[in-house]
Amino acid sequence: MSRAGDLGLLDVRVARKRLVNASGQTVEILSDFAFRLEAGRIGALIGPSGCGKSSLLRILAGLDRQFEGRVMRPPGLLSMAFQEPRLLPWRTVEENIRLAAPQIGEGELKALMNALGIAAHRTHFPGELSLGLARRVALARAYAVKPALLLLDEPFVSLDAPLALALQNHLAALVADRAVTAVLVTHDVGEAIRLADRIFVLSPRPARVIGEIEVDVPRAAMSAAEALSLAARVEAMRIPA
Amino acid sequence: MAARLLSLVALIALWGAAAHFSDPRHLPGPVAVFAAMRRAAASGELFTAMAVTMARVAAAFALAMALGSALGYLMGRRALVDRLADPWIVVLLNLPALVIIVLLYIWVGLNEAAAIAAVALNKLPNATVTIREGVRTLDPGLDEMARAFAFSPLKRLRHVVLPQLAPYFAAATRSGLSLVWKIVLVVELLGRPNGVGFEINMAFQLFDVALLLAYALPFTAAMLMIEAFVVQPFERHVSRWRPRPA
Repeated sequence: MSRAGDLGLLDVRVARKRLVNASGQTVEILSDFAFRLEAGRIGALIGPSGCGKSSLLRILAGLDRQFEGRVMRPPGLLSMAFQEPRLLPWRTVEENIRLAAPQIGEGELKALMNALGIAAHRTHFPGELSLGLARRVALARAYAVKPALLLLDEPFVSLDAPLALALQNHLAALVADRAVTAVLVTHDVGEAIRLADRIFVLSPRPARVIGEIEVDVPRAAMSAAEALSLAARVEAMRIPA
Repeated sequence: MAARLLSLVALIALWGAAAHFSDPRHLPGPVAVFAAMRRAAASGELFTAMAVTMARVAAAFALAMALGSALGYLMGRRALVDRLADPWIVVLLNLPALVIIVLLYIWVGLNEAAAIAAVALNKLPNATVTIREGVRTLDPGLDEMARAFAFSPLKRLRHVVLPQLAPYFAAATRSGLSLVWKIVLVVELLGRPNGVGFEINMAFQLFDVALLLAYALPFTAAMLMIEAFVVQPFERHVSRWRPRPA
């Protein structure tokens, strides 16, 4: 079927994705949108807001099949952290995680909850959590699945900076020791540089990839100057919406 | 609780006072009705009649809820099913209960199947419409979540869909139980040889109001018990996750 080297590859070619909006007009959201990501790498999609990033993630997740083109996913499980937490309000934090990841062991669950700082809320219902906590539970749920492909839709917005940083480091560690392929949608260049191996810069709607930047410096070793120069390269490619 | 009890005692006192000033054949007092109740209970007839009627209520209710909710679910999810079934539901909703009962007795015969089917058909459109409303409010975001995490159909039903429909099931149950037991009495009165409805018909033939009330009141009380000890606890259980003011 696929060559051994392709195993775990995420290969996306969306020729066209159209939507009919509320006023009955057909709008093109994605056009000739193509990118590839090898197994175990994090790709960040950066683009102006409303350019169709969330629509693309829904296509990657297989939630939307109404498009022209094809998506090749790495074999194995998929998990996703949506822009909103999307937890089941009538199930506890623990049940929400276990429903998505039935195979998770007690030790693993504990370690994950400790790492994300939600251990104290294990038996709480989502309605009792702040938005920041609920987002962390949603991330824990996405990580707990041990996916081959992890999709993250602006997972760190509305979290305070130190917490966002801690969660980003946790994500980086997770991807490093599990060879997960991850796609991160964000509008924060700094976040993309800290996390991604490759950054894809998107055009305004209809979105397509207008630039690719390989982040080849190891994350932990990146100096502030290198980060700044990367940020400048990303900004240079961006087209204002 | 105390206020409810007080209100109930006031009702009985009012009844006693009204009975005191009227013809005991038209309105017997609480004491006379209680005596009639004791006689019916001692002969065992009261409990037999209540058990038979309760069994019919349970069968018709279960049938109507099961079929009605399944249809309501499909109508809420599939626009085509909704367009096809909606006129039927509107017809059924507006057909008088009595017409359905008489037609089924004529078509199917004076038997148990016709009786239960007639009651179920009266309740079914009501359950369908309520559950359909519930299905229309299902959160598409949670649906996507369940699909992204590859929940099995059973898991999706149990953990995603049914908890969202629980308030609608409670509403359909509450309005359904009261509707079903009233219609069961009519069905029994028209074509069954036993049950509370049959006994009430007998009391009517004899013009025995005390006997009539002796059958009607315990049954009403039993239905109130079901509401208080089954339906309400169920509602509390399924809404336990909602944050409550302390």
